[in-house]
Amino acid sequence: MGIHLYRIDDRLIHGQVVVGWGQPLNIRLLILVDDLVASSDWEKELYRMAVPPDMEVRFVDVGTAIRDHPKYAVDPRPGLILTGDIGSMYRLVKGVKAIGNVNLGGIHHRAGRSEKLRYIFLTPDEERQLRELEAAGVEVTAQDVPSARAVPLPEVLEGATR
Amino acid sequence: MNENEGAGPDKPRAIVVGHGEFAGGLVSAVGQICGMADKLVVLSMMGMTPEDIEGTIRDHLARTGARVIFTDLPAGSATIAARRIVKDNPELVLVSGVNLATLLDFVFSTDVSPTEAARSAAERGKASLIVVGR
Repeated sequence: MGIHLYRIDDRLIHGQVVVGWGQPLNIRLLILVDDLVASSDWEKELYRMAVPPDMEVRFVDVGTAIRDHPKYAVDPRPGLILTGDIGSMYRLVKGVKAIGNVNLGGIHHRAGRSEKLRYIFLTPDEERQLRELEAAGVEVTAQDVPSARAVPLPEVLEGATR
Repeated sequence: MNENEGAGPDKPRAIVVGHGEFAGGLVSAVGQICGMADKLVVLSMMGMTPEDIEGTIRDHLARTGARVIFTDLPAGSATIAARRIVKDNPELVLVSGVNLATLLDFVFSTDVSPTEAARSAAERGKASLIVVGR
């Protein structure tokens, strides 16, 4: 089965992930790649309780995710890999090489970011990292829920589809 | 951020927060049924970062003195934020999976503390889920 979705979402595990995408994709393995969460038992327990019982969740740092990605890719269960920020996904994609597409699911307003879509705000450095991924052959699209249109990165960066 | 703190003489006893217009719709229904929507504060988390959601809930708890947080989905970002707040404030109570029956029971339970009322209302809310038919 392998990984069906590589998603960046600053809310980490929440309704859109476990229900909005999890149900139609029948996700049974959720890999949360976040250095901070992976280092805190309390954070792990917080997010574990948000996951339905038929979905296994693993909490790993970026280095572990790069090392174990071949195992995720051959796991018989449909999987989803989730990071909370662009930097973590950027490091993961650079380390794995086999990742062909990245979903921008929710990157919200913060100081230094400018609005691109209703649910996507980016700093210049984040824009640069996404452009770099796409230049390396990774398809980057923004799509908060499955029923929405997948907006290609160039269109996202133009901010033309608000 | 939408909010409706009501105009009643008493302070609100709880905050209701959820996806989309869920909280506003639910509290509007409470008002329509019994006129006690002013016991509840409505928060919408649309377009907010996790930090913003947590900060906004904390602000409203401090401002209103409410001691109960009702949220919609156990997996929702409002629930995650509320759990962080409750961890720091053991006098607070979080009820996730709120429905109309829960809120109605809560607003009528004025003879006990808000946290006791929340626990009792959660049981009433669970019992209100019934399936009819084969």
